[in-house]
Amino acid sequence: MILVLIEHDTGVVESTSLQALTFARGLGEPLRGVAFGDGGARALEAAGAYGIEAGTHIRAQESHAPGAWAHAIADLAASTSSPAVVAAGTDRGHEILAHVGARASAPFVANCIAAERDGDAWNLARQRWGGSLLEDARVRGPLTLLTVALHAVAADAVPDAAAVAVDEIEPPFSEDDQRVRKTAFEATSTGAVSLGDARLVVGGGRGVGGAEGFVDLDALATTLGGTVGVSRAVTSAGWRPHAEQIGQTGERIAPDLYIACGISGASQHMVGCRGAKKLLVINTDADAPILARADYAVVGDLHQVVPAITTEVARRRTDDPPER
Amino acid sequence: MAPTPSDAQVVVIGAGIVGNSLAYQLALHGWKDIVLVDKGSLPNPGGSTGHASNFIFLVDHSKEMTDLTSDSVRQYEELGVFTRSGGIEVARTPERMEELKRRMASSISWGIDSQLLSSAEVTEMVPYVDPGVILGGFSTPGVGVVDSLRAGTLMREKATELGALTVMAGAEITGLDVVDGHMRGVRTTEGDVTAETVVIACGIWSPAIAAMAGASIPLTPAVHQMISVGPVPLFADTIGEIAYPIVRDMDTNMYERQHGGDLEIGSYAHRPILMEPDAIPSIEESALSPTELPFTQDDFDPQMEQALELIPSVLEDERVGIRYAINGLLSLTPDGMPILGETPEVEGLWSAAAIWIKEAPGIARAVAEWMTDGTPEIDVHGADIARFYDHQKTSFHVTSRSAEGFNKTYGIVHPLEQWSSNRNVRLSPCHEREQALGAVCYEAAGWERPYWYGVNEALLGDYGDAVMPREGEWESRWWSPVVNAEHLALRDRVGMVDLSAFAIFDVTGPGALAYLDGMVVSSMDVAVGRVVYTPALNEAGGIKADITIMRLDEERFRIVTGGGSGMADRKWFSDHLPADGSAQLFDATSALWTLGLWGPNARDVLGSITGDEVSNDAFRFAACRTIEMGPLRVLASRISYLGELGWELYVPIEQGVRLWDQVWDAGQAHGIVPVGIGTYAGTARLEKSYRAHGSELDLEHDLVEAGMARPHVKDADFIGRDAYLRQREAEPTRALCTLTLDDATSSRGIERYMMGGEPVLDPEGAPLTDSHGRRSYVTSAGSGPSVGAHLMMSYLPPELAVLGTRLQVEYFGERYPVTVAVTGATPLFDPDDARMKG
Amino acid sequence: MNVLVCVKRVPAPGSRIVVTDDALDIDTTHLGFTMSPHEECAVEEAVRQIEAHGGSSVVLTLGPEAAVEQLQHALAIGIDRAILLETDATGWDAIATADAIVEALRTEAANSTPFHLLLFGNEAADSGDYQVAVRVAHALGMPCVSGVKSLEVGDGTLVARRDVRGGAEVFTAPLPAVVAVKEGINLPRFPSVPGRLKARKKEIERRPQAAPTPRVETIRLRVPPEQRSEAEILGRGPDAAPAVVDLLEQLGIVER
Repeated sequence: MILVLIEHDTGVVESTSLQALTFARGLGEPLRGVAFGDGGARALEAAGAYGIEAGTHIRAQESHAPGAWAHAIADLAASTSSPAVVAAGTDRGHEILAHVGARASAPFVANCIAAERDGDAWNLARQRWGGSLLEDARVRGPLTLLTVALHAVAADAVPDAAAVAVDEIEPPFSEDDQRVRKTAFEATSTGAVSLGDARLVVGGGRGVGGAEGFVDLDALATTLGGTVGVSRAVTSAGWRPHAEQIGQTGERIAPDLYIACGISGASQHMVGCRGAKKLLVINTDADAPILARADYAVVGDLHQVVPAITTEVARRRTDDPPER
Repeated sequence: MAPTPSDAQVVVIGAGIVGNSLAYQLALHGWKDIVLVDKGSLPNPGGSTGHASNFIFLVDHSKEMTDLTSDSVRQYEELGVFTRSGGIEVARTPERMEELKRRMASSISWGIDSQLLSSAEVTEMVPYVDPGVILGGFSTPGVGVVDSLRAGTLMREKATELGALTVMAGAEITGLDVVDGHMRGVRTTEGDVTAETVVIACGIWSPAIAAMAGASIPLTPAVHQMISVGPVPLFADTIGEIAYPIVRDMDTNMYERQHGGDLEIGSYAHRPILMEPDAIPSIEESALSPTELPFTQDDFDPQMEQALELIPSVLEDERVGIRYAINGLLSLTPDGMPILGETPEVEGLWSAAAIWIKEAPGIARAVAEWMTDGTPEIDVHGADIARFYDHQKTSFHVTSRSAEGFNKTYGIVHPLEQWSSNRNVRLSPCHEREQALGAVCYEAAGWERPYWYGVNEALLGDYGDAVMPREGEWESRWWSPVVNAEHLALRDRVGMVDLSAFAIFDVTGPGALAYLDGMVVSSMDVAVGRVVYTPALNEAGGIKADITIMRLDEERFRIVTGGGSGMADRKWFSDHLPADGSAQLFDATSALWTLGLWGPNARDVLGSITGDEVSNDAFRFAACRTIEMGPLRVLASRISYLGELGWELYVPIEQGVRLWDQVWDAGQAHGIVPVGIGTYAGTARLEKSYRAHGSELDLEHDLVEAGMARPHVKDADFIGRDAYLRQREAEPTRALCTLTLDDATSSRGIERYMMGGEPVLDPEGAPLTDSHGRRSYVTSAGSGPSVGAHLMMSYLPPELAVLGTRLQVEYFGERYPVTVAVTGATPLFDPDDARMKG
Repeated sequence: MNVLVCVKRVPAPGSRIVVTDDALDIDTTHLGFTMSPHEECAVEEAVRQIEAHGGSSVVLTLGPEAAVEQLQHALAIGIDRAILLETDATGWDAIATADAIVEALRTEAANSTPFHLLLFGNEAADSGDYQVAVRVAHALGMPCVSGVKSLEVGDGTLVARRDVRGGAEVFTAPLPAVVAVKEGINLPRFPSVPGRLKARKKEIERRPQAAPTPRVETIRLRVPPEQRSEAEILGRGPDAAPAVVDLLEQLGIVER
C-alpha cells in the first residue's frame, strides 16, 4: 500500500491533502492514509471519500516536531513495505517527507505533477523554479517519497467510497525525536484573513510607488473583505512585511479573484498567484507582461482606479441599485 | 491597444529617447500619420534608455556634438524634466589638468559657461571628493540630469495631441518591405504598416533591423558597467534627485553621480566587452531587461578601488551597500559618432542610432529637419550614415575600432591621434615604394597615406629653424618638423604626393552637363579639357561639398573629392541623378590612382618624361588632357591645392607604380622629394588660405561668409541658388579670415602652436560673438613655413575682419596675440598666384 | 560560536526560462547568477548571529569554480571563510549533495572547531528539493528546524519561529543544530565597497569532488506551455470602476 499523509485542521482534511489523495489514486496501488493528532481519525474517515482504503491515526503530542512524526511514518512504511509515501506539497508535507527520506535513506522528490510506476522505478514529472520549469525524472528504489505540487491536480472524490478501516498507534517517540520541541503557538491578531486562504487578494507591486501608496490598496481589500499581498520588489524595498509576499519565496495564493496593481509580472511573482481563479490587472501600461496572463484589465493609474472602485462598491451598497 | 494602422507617412522603430524625440519632432515639422513601434512595453521598453545614468555634460571637443547637446538641454528644460546640478571633470594628473585647459578652450569656443577650479574649490562644491587625490577640476554649471523616460512619455503625449502619432507597443518588427531600393512598409507581430519612410531608432537592435532591408548600421552593442551604492547618509536630506554636482573622474574613466539617496558609479575603464548584435537576449529571457546584463564583478573591481580613493567618505562607510550593479548595453560605433540619415542602400530608410541621452532631442530635431526639407540647422555631417565605406561596415572593422574607442570615452584624444587597430586596409599601389622611403602613414577613409617621409629628415639640416620646430609636447605629438621641411623643398624645387585617397566619380550621358550644372555653383558649361573647382550647396545654401570637376568630353565629366567625404558626396550626387537615366554616375575611386606633382620644377620633370607639350601656353592652369608618359596614357590636370605649378596625374591603378617610378627617376635631376599629406592638406593650403571641407566649409556656413562668392551667379538653376542669391544680398554677419600668430612664447618661455578649435578673443580677453550669438574659433591651424608664421583660419564678425586687427587666441589656458593677415580670398603666400598659374 | 552557512549558485532567469539543446540544463547564456533568496537570508542571519554572539562563520557551496562569485558575495557581507566543494559534474541530487556536505563537515570538525549552528536556505530556487538541510542534520545526528523566519540563539539552545496558518509555531532545540531559513527572516544587507574589496583578497578553500551517483536522475527539462490569455479590457482610468464592480458582483465577491 502507498501511504498518504493527510493534513487536517482538527479533523477537517486540508484541500491540499485532497489534491494529494486524488493524485495518489492514479499510482495503481491501494492507499493508506496517515494522520496525526487530535481529529486524525475523523480526518481519515473523511478521506475515504477520496480513495483511501485504510487509515492509521498516529497519536502525537502538541510538542512534537515534524521530525518526530516522520520517524513514525518511516517505521510504518517499513512495517507495511510501502513502495511510496505521498504528501501534499505544503511546507509541512515537504518537511516530513524530507525527514522520512533522511531516516530511511530513501529518495524524496518534491512537487510532482505526474508519476508512473515502471517496474521497480518511478517515472516522475515535477516542478522546478516554483513551476516555471518542469523536470522529467526517474527514481529507483524500494521506497520513494513524493509530494504533490499544489493546485496541479484538482481534488476529486470517488463516487462510491467504502468506509475506511482506521487503526490507531502511539509510537514510542525517542529522546532524539523530541530534541526539537514545539513550545508555543503564537496566534496572529484575529480577524485577518490569511493570504493563502483569502478569496480575494489585492496585490501591489513596485508600481505602487512606496509604502504610503498602499493606503488605496488596504482600503479596497478592507471594503471587499480581502487581503493585501505584494511582490518581492515591495518587500525587498522594505515597503511592506515579508509575510505579505506572494511568490516563489513567499506565499502561494488561490483566491477567486486576484487584483494585481502595479505589478509587472516577474515569474518569481507569477508562480505564487498561479492558483488564482481569475486575474484582474490594473496597470498604466497596457503592454506589461502580466497582461498576457490576465483575464481582465483596467489601463490606468492604480492610485486613481483603485479608490474609484472602493467608492463605487460603497456607493452601490448604500444607494438603491441603479435602474438598469 | 489601439487598432494597428494599416498605413503611415512614417514609421519610427524604437520607443527609447531617440524614437520618442523623433516622433515628436516629426509631428512638430508637420508630419502626419506617424507610427511609433516598439516590441517592448512603455514607458521603458527595455533598451539602453531604461538604464541610462541620464546625466548631461555639455562640453565636447566636437562643436557638432556640443551644439546638439545644448539644443537637447533646451528641449528637456521645456519639458520640465531637466534638473541642473552642475558637473565637474576632475584631474588626477598634470596631463589631465592640461586637458582640462583644452576643455576650457572648447567651452569658450562653443559658448558654454565653464571654469577651472582648484582641488579645494572642487571639494567645496562636492564635499565627498578627497582633495588630496586631485589637482583640480573643470566645472560646468549647466550640467544636469534628466528623466529620460518621463521625457519620452511627454513627447509621445504631445505628438499624440497634435493628432500625428499612433503608438504600437509590444509589436516586434518581423520584416521591412523594400521594392526596387525604395522603402514600402514594415511587418510587425501586430500587423503590417505600409510606409515610404521608416526610421530605425532602436539603438543596439538597429543593425539587425537594418539588415532586414539589406542596409547597414555599423554599430556594436557594448557593455558599460555601473553600480549604485547607498543609502548615503550625506544624501539623506536631499530633496529631489540631486543636490551635488556630478563628478567625472576622467583619469580613471569613471563618473560618480548622486541619485536620490544613492550614488551611481559608472565606468568606461574596464576591458571593452562587445556583443554580437544578434546575440542580444529577448525581453522574456532577460532577468532585468535585454540591455541590463548580469554584472561581471571582476571587471569592475579595479574601478571600485579607484572610486574608494576619490570618495572615501562615502564608500568607506560599511553601511553604504552596493544595491544595484549592471552591465548596461549601449551602442558603440567605429568612429565614436552617431549614425544618422538616410541609408545609402534604401531610399526612405533612415537611421537615428548610436545616440546618447545627452544629445537625443537635438539630434531628433536635426534629423526631422533633414527628413522634412533636407536642411538641418546644425550640421551633422560627422554623423552622416553615408560616411561609411563598405569596408567600414564589416563587423571586423566595427568591433575592432569600437573596442579601441571604448577606453577613449574619457580619454585625452589628440586631434591627429591615429587608430592602431584594423590598419592597412586600403593600400596605394606605391605603398611599398613609400615604405622604402620611410613613409609615416596616417589613415584616411581606410587608406594608408604618407603624412611625411622619414627619408626627408635629411632636409632638416638644409632648412634649420625655417621648419618651425615645436617645443610644446601636445602640438609635437603626431607631428614632425619633416612635414615643414617637405613643404619648403616642394616650394623650392618639386615634390610628388600620393593622392590615393581621392574619391572619383565619372558622370556620363547626354544629360550629364545639365545634371551637373544643376548640382554645383560654378558653370559646368565649359570647354572640354577644363577643370572647374566648385562648391555644391544644399537647398538652404549650406556648403554640401567642395569638389573639382573635369570635363573630359561632351558627355563625360569626372568629379574628384576628398576621401573623408567621398561616400557622403557619392550619395548626394547619386540621389539627384535624373530619373530618366540621361546621366549615370560611376564610382572610379578604386579604378584610378592619382599622383600629384608640384613645385617650380614640376614642368621640367613632367617635360622630361612626356613628349607632349606642357608649356604654360600649351597647358594652361585649370586645363586637363591626356598625355603620354613613356608607356602610359595619363590624364594630367593642372590645378593645385598647394598653390604651386603642377599637375594631378591619373592612371589606372595597376599602372601606378610605373608612373611613380618614372616621375621619381626623372625627378632626381630636379631635386624631387616625396611629400606627405601634412604639407598637402595642412601647411601649403593654409598659406594659400584654401578652405577645407569639414573645417571651414559645411552646412552651417555659406559662400559669402567663406569669402568664396564669385562676382557673377550663373543663370542656370542649381541646388541652393535661391538661398545663395539671398545670402549675397544679406548683410554679412561673419567673414572667414586668416590670422598669424604674433608671439608664440608661453609663460614658461617655450613656443606654443595652436592646433585648431581654440577660441578667438578680443584684446581684453572677451570671446568674439557675431550678431547671431555665434562665437569665433580657430577652424584650422598649422605652420606656414614659407611665410614664417603659424597660421589660423577663423570666422570673425565683419567689423573685425579687417587686415591688421589685433586679437588673441586662448591655448592651454594662456592667451597669445594674433593679427588678421588675410581677409577674403587673396592669400598670404603668392597673393597673385603667379607660381601656380605661371 | 561557529556558524556554517550553505549556499547554492543558481541562475537569475527572466520571465521565460530557456532550456539547453540537450534539455538537461537551463541556457544561461544571457543570465547572471545569484544564490537562492532564502540563502541570502541565511548568510545575513549567520553574520548577524556572529555579530551578536561572537565567533566565526564559514560559507560553503558545492558547485563549479564560478560559484566563487557567490562565496565572495557572502565574504563581502561579513562571512569569515569560504569553502568550495568544487565540481563540474552534473547529477548532484539532494542525497549526493547532502553526502558531500556531510563529508566536508566531518573533515572540518576533525581539523578545527566544530560548528554550533548550520544554516541553510529552506529550498533552492532552482531544484526546490526541500531536503538537503534535513539530510545533513540526520547524518550528523543534529536536530533540525525548517521554514524558520525568526531565530534566537541562547546558551546552548535555539528558539525558532515559523509561520503557519493563523500564527507562528515556536520551536526550541539544543545546539548544535541545523536550521533551514526562509526569506523574510531578515532583510539582507548589500555588500559595501570595502567589504567587496576585502572579500576579493580572501582565499577560497577548494575541495575537489568526485562525480556523484544520483538516485534521482534527470531525464529532461521542459518549459511548461505558456498560459496566455487575452485580457478583457474593462476600461481606462477611474471611469472603469463601474465595470470592475460589475465583475466583482458577477464573481460573487460583492453581493448584488
